[in-house]
Amino acid sequence: MTLAMLAQAASTAQSGTDDTRVFTYIFVTITFIAYLYIGWRSRVRESGGFYVAGRGVPAIANGAATAADWMSAASFISMAGLISFMGYDGSIYLLGWTGGYVLLALLLAPYLRKFGKYTVPDFVGERYYSETARVVAAIAAIFVSVTYVAGQMRGVGIVFSRFLEVPIWEGVVVGMVIVGFFAILGGMKGITWTQVVQYGVLIFAFLIPAVALSRMLTGYSIPQIGFTASDITTKLNQIQTDLGFAEYTQPFANKSKLDVFCITFALMVGTAGLPHVIVRFYTTASVKAARWSAVWALFFIAILYTTAPALASFARYNLLHSIEGRTVAEVDGLAWVQSWRRTGLLVYADKNDDGKITFAPGEAFLTGDDNKPDVNQPNPESVNEVYADRDIIVLATPEVARLAPWVIALVATGGLAAALSTAAGLLLVISSSIAHDLYFHFVDPKAPESRRVLVGRLTILLGICVAGWFGVHPPGFVAQVVAFAFGLAASSFFPIILLGIFDARTNRTGAVCGMITGLLFTAIYILGNYSVKIFGTTEPLMGRWCFGISAEGIGAVGCLVNFVITFVISRMTAPPPASVQKLVESVRIPAGPSKIESHFDESDAWADNP
Amino acid sequence: MPGESTKRSDRHRQYWRANIRLIVVLLTVWAAVSFGCSILFVEQLNAFTIGQLPLGFWFAQQGAIYVFVILVFVYAWSMDRLDRKFGVAE
Repeated sequence: MTLAMLAQAASTAQSGTDDTRVFTYIFVTITFIAYLYIGWRSRVRESGGFYVAGRGVPAIANGAATAADWMSAASFISMAGLISFMGYDGSIYLLGWTGGYVLLALLLAPYLRKFGKYTVPDFVGERYYSETARVVAAIAAIFVSVTYVAGQMRGVGIVFSRFLEVPIWEGVVVGMVIVGFFAILGGMKGITWTQVVQYGVLIFAFLIPAVALSRMLTGYSIPQIGFTASDITTKLNQIQTDLGFAEYTQPFANKSKLDVFCITFALMVGTAGLPHVIVRFYTTASVKAARWSAVWALFFIAILYTTAPALASFARYNLLHSIEGRTVAEVDGLAWVQSWRRTGLLVYADKNDDGKITFAPGEAFLTGDDNKPDVNQPNPESVNEVYADRDIIVLATPEVARLAPWVIALVATGGLAAALSTAAGLLLVISSSIAHDLYFHFVDPKAPESRRVLVGRLTILLGICVAGWFGVHPPGFVAQVVAFAFGLAASSFFPIILLGIFDARTNRTGAVCGMITGLLFTAIYILGNYSVKIFGTTEPLMGRWCFGISAEGIGAVGCLVNFVITFVISRMTAPPPASVQKLVESVRIPAGPSKIESHFDESDAWADNP
Repeated sequence: MPGESTKRSDRHRQYWRANIRLIVVLLTVWAAVSFGCSILFVEQLNAFTIGQLPLGFWFAQQGAIYVFVILVFVYAWSMDRLDRKFGVAE
C-alpha cells in the first residue's frame, strides 16, 4: 500500500480519530525506524565513543542535540500549558530555562571542554583532588538524572495512550525498547545523532500548529509577531477580568516578586549545573566548537521558547472563548472537547443547572481516589464548572484549530521525540556515573576497554528498567521531585564548578563543606515544605521561614550559601597543591594539551588512561 | 627558556583578564534584562507598550530570550578574536 493510498483511505474514513491514528502509526513508525537505523550506524566499541562520541561532533549538530537533550516532554507538552494558566508568572520557566544557557556558555562549557575527560564528577574529583568529592558528585548526578528520566518515560506512555489508545505501560515498554536500542549500541555517539534528528521532528511538530493557531486568531503567520502586534492579549486580559481572574499580563498574581526572582535564579543556575546538559559540551571537537555549540543550542531552544508563550496566550483565549458562557449542548458538540473529555483531562459539568458552562477561579471538582478531578464530586465552594489539565494545551491545539489529522499525528510524534531524546541523554549520565565514576574508580580500575564498554551498556539497561518502572508507577510527587532536581543541581554543582575554574585558591575543604551545606540546606527545606506529599505528614514539617521563598526557589539561596562557605573556608585553609593550580591554569587557555596527568595519585591517571 | 615561558604566562594572564572583562559586561546585560526588566522593574515598564503588549511582560516572555541569544553569540564571536589575538587558539 502506498502512502498516497493510505492518505486517501484515511481521508475517506468516517471519524477523524481513525485518520489521526493511522497517521500517528505511520509517523511514529517512520521516525522510530530512523532512530534505530542511526543507532545501528553509530554503534561503538570504545569508551571515548561511548561516553563522549569520540569528541568529533560539529558545533551546529551538537547545538541541535543539546536542544533536543534539554527540551523534554515537559518543555514540549507541559510548559505552554503551565504558562497558559499562570500568565506572567509562567515567565519563570521561560527566563530560567533559557537564561541558564548564558551562564553555561560564558562560565562553564568552554573550560569543561578543555578539561576533557568524560563526566562532571571527573572534573569535581580532579579539581578538588578528592575521591569523596567525586562520589558525592556522582551520587548527586545519578539522583538528579533518575528523577528526571522517570518523567520522560511517563510522557512517552501518555502520548501513546492518548493517540494510539494503548495502555500506558505498553507505551512505556515500546519507548524503553527504542531508547535502549540506540543508547546501548551507540552510546553517546548514537544518542547525539538521533537527537539531531529528534530536534528536527520536535521543532517542526511544535511550530506547525502554533503557526496555524496564530493565523486563525491573529492573522499573523509568525506566532511571535501575532503575540506582540495583535490585540489578542488585550482581549484575553478583558475576558480574564470579566470572569474574576487576574489579568493575564499582570505580574505577581500568584507569586511574590521575591519568589519569582528566586525561582528564576534557581532554574537558571540549576540548568547550568545539570550534568546531562554539561556533558554534551564534552563531545565537541574543540573549545571554540564548545562555545559555538552553546550559541546554536540556545538559538534552537529559543525558537521553541519564544513560540511557547505565544501559543499559551492563544490557547488560553481560545479555551475561554469556546467554552465560557456556552450552552451545554454547544460545548458537547465540539469534537475536540469530546475527544479530550474521554481522557479525563478535560472535565466539565453544569453544576448550577443554568444550562450554561461557567469558567471561574477555583477548583471545579474535588479529586477522586485516583487523584484526578471527579465529575461526580462538584466542589461546592466554587462556581467554576470546568477543569482543564494543563497538558492538553499543546496536545489539543491542532484539533482546536481544526487542522488536518496528519498535523495532530505530527504533534504526537514530536512529543515522543522530545521525551525520548531527553531520556537517552539522562540514561547516559546515569550509566557514566555508575560505570565510569564509581565502578571503574573503586572496584575494577584495571578493566580492559571491552569490559568498560560492556559495563556501560549494562548500566544503561539497568537505568532503562528503573526509568520504565517509575514511568508505569509514577511517585505521587513528580512535580516536587523536579523542583528537587533543579534545587540540588543549583546548590551543589554550579558553585563549585564555577569557583573551580575562576578561583584557583578554592580548595578541597572549602568545596566539600560548601557542597554539603548547600545540599543539606536545600534538601531539608524542600523536604520540610513538601512533607505532606512526600512523607504523608498531616502538616508541613517546615513553613516558608526563609523570607517566604517557596521550595522551588530555595535552590537560589542554597547556591548562595554554597558559594559563601566554599569561598570563606578555602581562604581559611591551605591552598590547593601546585598541580591543581596548574590544572586551573590549563583549563582557562584553549591551546595546549587537555589532559593533565595524575593530579593526586597514580591509580587515578591510570584508570582514566586505558 | 625561562624568558620564553614568562612571556607566555604573561600573555595567558592578559588573555584571561580580557576574558573576565568580557564576561562581566555580558553578564551585566544578562542580569539587567532578565532580573531587571523582566522581574524587578516589570510594573514600571508595563506602563509602556511594544506592539500591543505591556513592555515588562514582553521582556519576560519574549525580549529577554532574544537578548540571551545575542549575548552568547557575541561571546563566542569575541572569544574567537581574543584567541587569535593572544595566540591561544587550538
